[in-house]
This record gives sequence, structure tokens and C-alpha cells, in this order.
Amino acid sequence: MIPFSDADLGAIWLTIRLATTVTLLLMLLGTPLAWWLARTHSAWRGPVNALVALPLVLPPTVIGFYFLLALGPDGPIGALTNTLGLGYLAFTFWGLVVASTVYSLPFVVQPIQNAFEAIGDRPFEVAATLGAGSLDRFISVALPLARPGFVSAAVLGFAHTVGEFGVVLMIGGNIPDETRVVSVQIYDHVEALDYVGAHWLSGTMVVFSFVVLCLLYVTQRRSRSSGLNFGR
Amino acid sequence: MGARTSDIALSLKATYARGANGVFTLAIDTQLPGAGTTAVFGVSGSGKTTLLRCVAGLEPTAVGDIRVRDRHWQRGDQRMPTHRRRVGFVFQEASLFPHLTVAGNLAFARRRANGASLASAQDLLELLGIGALTERMPHQLSGGEQQRVAIVRALLSAPELLLMDEPLASLDRQRKQEVLPYLERLTRELSIPMIYVSHQIDEVVRLADHLLLLDRGSVTAQGALRDVLLDPTAARLLGNQAGAVIEGEITGVDADWGLATLSFDGGALYLVESGLHLGQALRAHVLARDVSVALDEPKDTSVLNRLPATLVDVSDDTAPGFSLLTFNTGSTRFMSRVSRRSVTQLALTPGATVWLQIKSAALLR
Repeated sequence: MIPFSDADLGAIWLTIRLATTVTLLLMLLGTPLAWWLARTHSAWRGPVNALVALPLVLPPTVIGFYFLLALGPDGPIGALTNTLGLGYLAFTFWGLVVASTVYSLPFVVQPIQNAFEAIGDRPFEVAATLGAGSLDRFISVALPLARPGFVSAAVLGFAHTVGEFGVVLMIGGNIPDETRVVSVQIYDHVEALDYVGAHWLSGTMVVFSFVVLCLLYVTQRRSRSSGLNFGR
Repeated sequence: MGARTSDIALSLKATYARGANGVFTLAIDTQLPGAGTTAVFGVSGSGKTTLLRCVAGLEPTAVGDIRVRDRHWQRGDQRMPTHRRRVGFVFQEASLFPHLTVAGNLAFARRRANGASLASAQDLLELLGIGALTERMPHQLSGGEQQRVAIVRALLSAPELLLMDEPLASLDRQRKQEVLPYLERLTRELSIPMIYVSHQIDEVVRLADHLLLLDRGSVTAQGALRDVLLDPTAARLLGNQAGAVIEGEITGVDADWGLATLSFDGGALYLVESGLHLGQALRAHVLARDVSVALDEPKDTSVLNRLPATLVDVSDDTAPGFSLLTFNTGSTRFMSRVSRRSVTQLALTPGATVWLQIKSAALLR
């Protein structure tokens, strides 16, 4: 007997789709950003680091609120998406993707950045004297040596996106199979006093998160930089 | 300029802020031979490592000209990026890529050498005695083994110039003694010019043909190893390690006494050594503190080696109360460190004919 209703399963499936999309996007965007932050001597390093870390300290409602404005008809992102013929992204799956990408950014950038920084200059100097150009050094030295950081980043980015609530509520609303993710579905169950449904979903979340973090800590125990040295 | 295109011309300037003490400036304008091993010797902080890093293009603030044979690596502030320079760099720590096996580390270098490798990997592995280790990960190797792999790796990138930054400094005495003979074989069997940075004179006299002394960022002396070692500047820098290098050939082996005769232009020394064979070319290091001076031939002495010689130079030592004396026998020169009082009492002035007593000679190769 499956304890989940169709609406529950829809929310779970939507959550997995959202978290996977956001994680992939973040790995693509976060890696060059982390590389730049780890290697640059620019004066912009400090401000950009602060900007990346902002979602760690801001209430999710603040991020959601500004995204609601930005994605709407009067916002810059809204104007852009409308010009491109995509319409407005508020209260859509892709609007959630955009907001979640920003919301989970530090959870992906920081572990990768820590891993890059832990490599130091020497391996890159060695690679250069052996004839490796800068792209070659990035691919054949930086990426393999930072692998533990990438594993942490992917796991944390995915798990953090699964766990978000405030941002979704602000810009996603509660549209089945479009924006109603697991955390919103749990909220609905509680509102409707359906504690059994809330228990099943909540318990699943607890077990999922524990197993994921357990795997992360156990497999990365011996590596130097797990990137898990910050709280939320 | 009249510079030969077979040598290495360095004209460099690099300035660094160093703590609260102001700035450190490396200013070099010199030419090094395009063959053989040049040792760069100086105390810690004299700029040896910085010099090597400038040559490799790892110091972005250095300005000047670097020419290696007929190729310009740097002109003014226009520098060829490190990866385009045909340079091999062996760092103080082996710095093997930890995610690759020994074979993987070597392949990393070979793949980027565009097939220009001067020697086969197998030959180099045999030369450095690490042929059996190729499937190991770096952390499974001893420090000495790691450093030997790093040397092979640098050579497989087919360098036109090999730079070694105190490759033995991070090794303990035993590991160092294990790697040194391999380095010796390397300097004899490879045709690539090498710049070898060290603050250990025993490494320098074993490996180098040419010596450059660096002090606070400037060259204080340079030339053939034998000549520079006898330069009073060098001798003062070396303190009680000052001495002369003698090059000769084994002309006699006496198994009963366990002695070998090393003949050189102007005389011969007995060496208490076994395992040497006739005709072998050798280099020996005779420290100035192991040479004493007498006006007449000492007869009743246990010192085996007594040589007549002519005094050519007297100069002050850094240690107060001591003088450094330079002597000729034939074209071979010796150095002695004696008290100033003895110099006066024996009336030792250039041109004096004396007897040298040599208490020991370190065999180099």
C-alpha cells in the first residue's frame, strides 16, 4: 500500500525535477564563479564573496519577495523574459528554478571554492612548467583535485533546494505539478489537519536528508576539504 | 652585444615587499654556459629561488631579458607564458600530482612535449632507479623516490633548460645520499644545461661545473667551479666549508694499504679509498681547514699527503684571527685556512715556497 496520494507523488516528482535542474545549473554556473573567486586578486573578490553568501543569512521571504518583483511585468527579469517570448516566470516552474538557483548558490559555490583554494599554487605551477596551458591546467589539474568539493557541492545544492519553502511560497504559490513542491504540500496537509499525510512526507524528508548527509560525511571523511564548514 | 647564441643570457630585475623591512630586489645581469651544470649558491633569502622562478616565468612582476640559446623567453615586460617555455622545473618538494600514479605523472609531461622527448621514459626510469614504481600512487613512495619521479617527469617534458630548486633540501641525510648519485649520473649523461640552486656546498662541488654566487639579490662571483671556490668572496661566504676542488685521475691502487693515488697537474694525493680503478677520472674536495702549512718538509708526521707548493695569495677570512691562503702546485690550486699569527710568524708572503699537509680529501666522483 502506498501511503502517498497522487498529489503527494506529484509534489515529490516536482521537487526532484526542480532540485535536479537547479543542481545542474548551479554546477555549470558555480564552477567558473568558484574558480574566479579562488584565484583572483581583484578588488571585487570581497564584494562578490559577500553577494554569493547573502542567501545564507537573508530570510528566504526576502529573496522570494525581490524575485517576485523582478520576475513580474515591471521587473527587469520579467521584461527580459517577455521580450524573449517566454512570458512572465512568476508562479511557474522556471521561475522557481531561477529563484532556487540564487537561493542555493552559496551551497554549491563555497565547497567548490574551498576545494580550489586548498589546491594552492604549486600544482598549477608544476603543470605550467610541464607545458600545460591555462584551460589544460583547469581541466587536468583543478577539476580532478577538487573532486571532493564537487561531490559536496552537488549534494548540498540538491538537498538545500529540496528543503526550501519560503522562496517557493513567495514566487511559486501553490500550483499542483507546477510549483507545489514537497515542503508546500506538507504545509497544506497541516493546514487541512491531515497529520498522517504530513507525517509521511515529513518523515520521508528527514530520512532522505539524513541518508544524504551521512553518505557525504562518510565518503568524504578522509578528504581535506569537504566544504561543510558553514552553517545556514 | 657579442653574446653567443649557445649560452643563457639573464638580465633581470624583480622587486618584492618583504615584511616591515622594506624591499628585496633581485638584480641580475649575467651569462651562463649553455651546457653543463651551473650551481647557484647563496644563503637563505639571497634570491636563489626567485631567480629560478623568474627564468621559468613564474614571477609575474619580473622585468628584463631572458634568452636561452637562440630563444627569447622574455623581453622587457613581454614574457612567453611558462607553458610555452621549454623548461623543466624540479621544486624543493616533489610536487607530484596526487591524483595520478607515477606513470600518470610521467604521461602528463610526455603528452605535452609534442613528441620531442630527448630520452625514453624507460631509460630515464632506469637511470634514476625507479623503474619498478610506475603503478604506485605518489603517497606510497618515499620522499627520495618522489623526488626522483619528479626529476624524470621534468626531463620527459623535453626541456631546453633544466631548473632544480634545492631538490634535496626536503630530504633527510639518508634520502639525500640516496638521490645524489642519481643526480651525478644525470649531470654526466644528459646534454641539457642545468641550473641547480643549493645552499649546501657538498651538493655544489659534486654536481656543478660552473658556480654563481648570489648575495642579497646580486651576483657576487661567477665562473668555473674550481676558480670561484678559490675566490676570497666565495671562501668568506662558505666559512669553514671553504676549499678547493682538485680534478685528476687514479694512477695507482695499493690494495694492501687500502690506498689509491690521485694524480693531478702538479702532484698526487693518496686517498684512503677502496673500489677505485686505474684510469678513473675523479674530483676531490679539499677543505681549507684541512690543509696546514710548514716551511720545511715535515718528516715525522702521520699526515700522508705532503706537497710542495707556492703561496700566491693571502687574504682575510671572515672569522677574526684567520687568514685564507691560496697555493699553486703546477696548475692545481689549494686553499688553506691558518691563523693570522702563524702567517706572520712564518713570514708567509706571496711567492713563498712551502709544504702543505693535507689531512683529508673528500672524494666527489
